[in-house]
Amino acid sequence: MADKISDETIEYVSILAKLELTEKEKEQAKKDMGTMLAYIGKLNELDTTGVEPMSHVFPAKNVFREDEVTGTQAVEEMLGNAPCRKEDMFVVPKTIG
Amino acid sequence: MAKIYETVIGLEVHVELATRTKIFCGCSTAFGGRPNSHTCPVCVGMPGTLPVLNRKVLEYAVAVGLATNCSITRYCKFDRKNYFYPDNPQNYQISQLYLPICRDGYVEIDTGEDFEGGMSGKKRIGIHEIHMEEDAGKLIHDQQGDCTLIDYNRSGVPLIEIVSQPDMRSAEEVIACLEKLRLIIQYLGASDCKLQEGSMRADVNLSVREVGTDSFGTRTEMKNLNSFRSVARAIEGERERQIALLEAGGTVVQETRRWDEAKEISYPMRSKEDAQDYRYFPDPDLTPISIEEEFLEEIRSRQPELPTEKMQRYKSEFDIPDYDIEIITGSKHMADLFEATVALGAPPKKVSNWLMGETLRLLKEKELDPDDIRFSPENLAKLIALTERKAINSTVAKGVFEKLFDKNVDPEQYVEEHGLKMVDDREALRRAVEKVIAANPQSVEDYRGGKERAVGYLVGQTMKAMKGKADPVIVNGLLKELLH
Amino acid sequence: MELLSLSAVELGRAIREGRTTAVEAMQAVLNQIEEKEKIYHCYVTVDAKGALKRAEEVQKRIEAGDLTGPLAGVPMAVKDNLCTEGLPTTCASRILGDFVPPYSAEAVKNLERAGAVLIGKTNMDEFAMGSTTETSAYGPACNPHNPEHVPGGSSGGSAAAVAAGECFFALGSDTGGSIRQPASHCGVVGLKPTYGTVSRFGLVAYGSSLDQIGALGRTVEDCAVILEILASGNEEEKGVIRDSTFMAREEADFTAALIEDVKGMRIGIPKAWLADGAAEGTEESLDSEVRGAVLNAAEALRRKGAVIEEFDLDLAEYAVPTYYTIVCAEASSNLERFDGVKYGYRAENVEELHQMYKKTRSAGFGPEVKRRIMLGSFVLSSGYYDAFYLKALRVKAMIKKAFDEAFAKYDCILGPVAPTTAPKLGESLSDPLKMYLGDIYTVSVNLAGLPAVSIPCGMDKKGLPIGLQLIGDCFQEKKILRAAYTYERCGGMMVKL
Repeated sequence: MADKISDETIEYVSILAKLELTEKEKEQAKKDMGTMLAYIGKLNELDTTGVEPMSHVFPAKNVFREDEVTGTQAVEEMLGNAPCRKEDMFVVPKTIG
Repeated sequence: MAKIYETVIGLEVHVELATRTKIFCGCSTAFGGRPNSHTCPVCVGMPGTLPVLNRKVLEYAVAVGLATNCSITRYCKFDRKNYFYPDNPQNYQISQLYLPICRDGYVEIDTGEDFEGGMSGKKRIGIHEIHMEEDAGKLIHDQQGDCTLIDYNRSGVPLIEIVSQPDMRSAEEVIACLEKLRLIIQYLGASDCKLQEGSMRADVNLSVREVGTDSFGTRTEMKNLNSFRSVARAIEGERERQIALLEAGGTVVQETRRWDEAKEISYPMRSKEDAQDYRYFPDPDLTPISIEEEFLEEIRSRQPELPTEKMQRYKSEFDIPDYDIEIITGSKHMADLFEATVALGAPPKKVSNWLMGETLRLLKEKELDPDDIRFSPENLAKLIALTERKAINSTVAKGVFEKLFDKNVDPEQYVEEHGLKMVDDREALRRAVEKVIAANPQSVEDYRGGKERAVGYLVGQTMKAMKGKADPVIVNGLLKELLH
Repeated sequence: MELLSLSAVELGRAIREGRTTAVEAMQAVLNQIEEKEKIYHCYVTVDAKGALKRAEEVQKRIEAGDLTGPLAGVPMAVKDNLCTEGLPTTCASRILGDFVPPYSAEAVKNLERAGAVLIGKTNMDEFAMGSTTETSAYGPACNPHNPEHVPGGSSGGSAAAVAAGECFFALGSDTGGSIRQPASHCGVVGLKPTYGTVSRFGLVAYGSSLDQIGALGRTVEDCAVILEILASGNEEEKGVIRDSTFMAREEADFTAALIEDVKGMRIGIPKAWLADGAAEGTEESLDSEVRGAVLNAAEALRRKGAVIEEFDLDLAEYAVPTYYTIVCAEASSNLERFDGVKYGYRAENVEELHQMYKKTRSAGFGPEVKRRIMLGSFVLSSGYYDAFYLKALRVKAMIKKAFDEAFAKYDCILGPVAPTTAPKLGESLSDPLKMYLGDIYTVSVNLAGLPAVSIPCGMDKKGLPIGLQLIGDCFQEKKILRAAYTYERCGGMMVKL
């Protein structure tokens, strides 16, 4: 099926994935994705009608925390790895609005 | 002839739940504090960290669902909503798309008008679903550095999102719906629902269509509405914008718009980097939730009295007008105050009078909400007790009440310290009345000539002479006695 | 006493009995690292100074009678996708830069509490995406049996470090075979537990529904001992749950299964796994030397009383496409947090937010990671979700059912780990699909959440180790440990360099 991947698809997926590909990488990505999707298409050989998609391999088991404060760590530890900070905050380029 | 348009409105209401800790980690949800001081590796999205659901979040969500007539999803899951934005440290928000916790409910609003075939003045607003999700951090624009600063203290605070059906047709209905939701949620104690502080946030989906059409027009979504006033303004503005577009032969584009409260206009939020393709999928880090009957029973049994039930009870328990009951139960805070004051022995009728009269007057004057009432039931009860045993007269009481309203003063102490006790010493009062009669021959003559009202002036003059503390009943009696 | 030839358990005993010390053992390992690391490149970070200091502290506690466990004082290596407080954790990726976590993975904490001493962080495929350790941003690790060959992956550094005597045991993670396959290629034992047995808190996520932490060691006994410690959960903060998918095991006494006896044990071999692909014209091709070694191992178990049968394991050929769809989808989401905002690398001279994201991620991730993120984003995107992602989740349910049926008949499933022994460096990355197909015998185990162990079962003519895989039903680690232990005793080999 999806063995031919268009430029638009690569462009669109790289917006979703926040990746900037060079022209060469785009060509490679088109080829790789085409090959993989064609290969994954093998799954269409199987009739999965009526089969529930299995997102979790083990049955439900309600895992909860109690509403008790336990977590907070030192501000310095949280910001210690920040590539860019101003006082106690992380810094990013200006967001719109 | 000009076309007549109808506005079709649906709501997406985000409510911050009143838990002590965040939805997926043990950090405090307390407001304020140093930036990033209520954070841990989980809510800052550090590598390798995992979410664990706060049980209280589920309990509140189910409680709100039950109180809004929803069916509770017995097997529900969390999904990841993927989009890049710096207020969201993982770049995905844990939310619910495929199996939200509550579905298909409704709230009833008063519309103040009659509907054909329907109940008089009531309208049902459908709730499509309620889901649980995490809040984002706060972005602060730094003028000086021309950059954006991030504080993750709010990141991971639990939210429920209530999605209504497109059942509303006017700003009034939207506000009535929001007020009803707020009231129910406040009664449940699930949130304080303050629009200004962001613990309740409403996004408005709006489209217009010609009256009589069945299909919906293209809708837009309006964000950043942080007061009832801006909700109303934004609805009016967007309705007019869409109609103008259509009248000019244009089409409405489906988009998200941001309301600028200062300028009172909206503008589109979308950029080409926002593909609006959230790639939802079940979050593998959280186990599904299976809701058992016992759990539901437990929540049901803990459900407090809701507004409608409270109203019914007041009607049978207290001899106060229906209108007063509606106003008092229309605010959780006021109803709590009412009941606590009555519980301290104050006569219900008197409590209701103070709330309906002076309290509402001062709230209106100061542009405040019933939720902003700061005085305690103890002090209101004391004030009422002072008037009941005639320790102060009503004029003084009103003055003391203003102090109570502003500063929650202890009325007994205040009256004591300011010497406001009512003077019921007949001899002292007689002397004062005699002086007033002597000083106002004209009024005395008027009264004797048949002008009954003139006595009022004389009472007033006596009160003034007594610095407002005189017992008005005695003063009246003395005046009549001395003038005859 | 030649310290480096001891197993972890043997070393632990020697330390407890005062025949050596934690410090001596650590010094021996550091000397070996000093000598061999230039060739093998097993580690991304070696914390020699810290390791010796920790060894000294542990030795004092052993002498004080405070630490009495089997691994007290034993040097361990930890895969670099497991967070270690105060020590860089890079996932062998540029994007994590010199990220130093302010917390440790629960698995690491549990072992440290038991007295194991951290040496450093092992090399791996970037974010565990790869089967050769060649996608590491820090350069590949080599196979200690022949440095021209890869050690396998993604836990290649961990497997190579165990094989080269650069540690006594190592932690790895297994998403689609990442413990078992390098263990097989390096001639060591690798154990992947049932999904949920070891807390994933602190393991940098790749495919969250498939990831599981496990042990690489020289012997089955070592791996059983490590698993007992790993599975013990959050001992430090009782009642605090940090991983919702962690399941405290009722019977966690895995060492009790170290019994040399498989009488009556029913072992099934999937026919398709032994098929000669070249002869039958399919893509998957099992090397004849590997087949021979695996069948010999089965024969050894049969002689010890196991009942061996070939059987049809349904859907075997659908495991790889199902796996890659799911793992790439989850990875695309899991790796979104690497954006240059909170930690790690950030591209310089960018003025706009989305430009910062794109430049950071494009320069920070290597080609294989980008390939998987692109594929994963696509299969989740609007219009393709049902056809690809949901389809894969449905097939996953069918694969799980096929295993359920197999385990109704068999105690264990036996087969190869990889179709060939370790390929030469530089041979694998040019054809990704071919590389993915090499995961044919390992990925279905992760899809079904099963436990599996890889143990050495021979060498090929080139002198490269071959591994045998034993797979158990969920929570049946004891069965595979018993079979593996029996095989190790009767026909197996502790591969020596």
